Amino acid sequence: MNTDAIKELLYKIADDQLIIGHRNSEWTGMGPILEEDIAFSSMAQDKIGQSYALYQLLHDLGEDEPDQVAFMRKANQFKNSQLTELPNGEYDYSLLRHFLFDTAESIRFEFLAQSAYSPLALLAKKIQGELRYHTMHANTWIKQLGNANQESILRLQASLDQLFPFALGIFEPSPFENVLIEEKIFVGEKVIMQKWQEQIAKILNATELLIPSFSEPAIYGGRFGHHTEHLTLLLEEMSEVFRIDPTAEW
Amino acid sequence: MYGGGNTFDPITDTKQATEDPQKLQEFEARIERGEKIEPSDWMPDLYRKQLIRMIEQHAHSEIIGALPEGTWITRAPGFKRKLALMAKVQDEVGHAQLLYAAAETLGKSREQMIDDLLEGKSKYSNIFNYPAFTWADACFISWLVDAGAIVNQLANSKGSYGPYCRALERICVEESFHLKYGHHCVIHLATGTDIQRKMMQEALNRWWEPMMHFFGPPDKVSVHTEVLMKWKVKMSSNDQCRNQFLDMYVPKILELGLTIPDPLLRKNPETEQWEYTEPDWEVFKKVINGDGPCNEERLAVRRVAEARGKWVRQALLKPKTEYVTPLA
Ligand SMILES: [Fe+2]
Ligand SMILES: [Fe+2]
Repeated sequence: MNTDAIKELLYKIADDQLIIGHRNSEWTGMGPILEEDIAFSSMAQDKIGQSYALYQLLHDLGEDEPDQVAFMRKANQFKNSQLTELPNGEYDYSLLRHFLFDTAESIRFEFLAQSAYSPLALLAKKIQGELRYHTMHANTWIKQLGNANQESILRLQASLDQLFPFALGIFEPSPFENVLIEEKIFVGEKVIMQKWQEQIAKILNATELLIPSFSEPAIYGGRFGHHTEHLTLLLEEMSEVFRIDPTAEW
Repeated sequence: MYGGGNTFDPITDTKQATEDPQKLQEFEARIERGEKIEPSDWMPDLYRKQLIRMIEQHAHSEIIGALPEGTWITRAPGFKRKLALMAKVQDEVGHAQLLYAAAETLGKSREQMIDDLLEGKSKYSNIFNYPAFTWADACFISWLVDAGAIVNQLANSKGSYGPYCRALERICVEESFHLKYGHHCVIHLATGTDIQRKMMQEALNRWWEPMMHFFGPPDKVSVHTEVLMKWKVKMSSNDQCRNQFLDMYVPKILELGLTIPDPLLRKNPETEQWEYTEPDWEVFKKVINGDGPCNEERLAVRRVAEARGKWVRQALLKPKTEYVTPLA
């Protein structure tokens, strides 16, 4: 199997999970109701745990230790989609991102559970089970607030419109797309995106929200290490203590 | 958690309203026998009032307490610490949820309690009005503030009000994990590099006085609380709790090679009681009355969170638009 292709795939999904998990954790103590503080924290813990397990697979392939990989790389070495690094904004913005991202993630891991690269397939089965709760959470809230009152509907619509091009950027094709598909390691971004369109349409059609055009231009770059300034700031904060002494035991 | 609730502001109103003497006698007999009082049972007004106040203050302490440590979640060094700290602070928010529910059984709504907190009408543990400057401060809180909290909470879990006791039992189980996590963090700093050891010692120096304040003013100057003791609302005195904490944790702190910033601290072998420099109770009073280093900031953060989330709560409570099946 093509190790470079596998590594590239693992990096992008691991980085996605780490960065979105970090953002979710910023809701701790700040949620609109206590129950949402707790829910966002649960999802953050799942996602950061998942990124750790994925970095561990990379370590097995000869990459550095998970702590070094997560806390010491520079922004341009990260392969997460830009969607995940955007600041939380208001609750509607975080909720919409959570919905758009986790719908894509749960489809991604469904397919990865059948990957020809068996360590990933095995891990993906476990992750898939956790993600089911994340999409359930997102769908419940989108349906609730997407039908509640004028303010909530307008807020959700504005966030949906803003985030949509970034969400399309999740599916930026990798330079190894063809190899991964040929070797049955990963089904490819196109297939994921198609299923994603169907699923988000199904949920959004049960609300007052209008779905932006799927043919809108996507915001790409993240998969190639091009990021917004927000990622640099996030990483500086994340590694502030670790970098005091990266060789120390904390 | 944090605080057994009874130390945050002095009890001033212990006058008993005129209660039906027969009912009062039965109530006291039940408590005497070790029975728990349940929400639908008869209880004196003063009992209800004091419990609401105490549980509510305890709940506030949990959510305010999530703030100083919460700011370190995004900076925790390494996966292990990041994951553990997220889980720990999440537990604290969960404790608030449990405790608000316990207080609600006595007739005050969560919304009302939170409003009182934001308006400064209701207190929370003083210790969260101090800043967590470094990672070592966050580790101090996780280990020793939680340790102090457990001393209070274990005592209170033997109290007379059923819902509060049951909430506390669950909380104490989780707290014991916090304690292990915090201890583990402090061990690594205290036995680590020069920089780490220095960070930890400085945190200990900063937090020692607030920690001594944590259990409240000395018994000799505390307001008389006999009736609350008899009703098993207050389960042990401030000095008893402080002494128990020192008994359990001074040896563990010293074992790590740290220096406790109090040259007079020692256990009197005859009385079995700890002797120490009396912390400055004027400072304590100042901080509890709103003039601590972080009082304004803590409440401001909470107010902002409440204001930003208002539309969500409104949309849940009063959805105005009916759901219409889309045409397509
Ligand atoms: Fe707690
Ligand atoms: Fe705790």
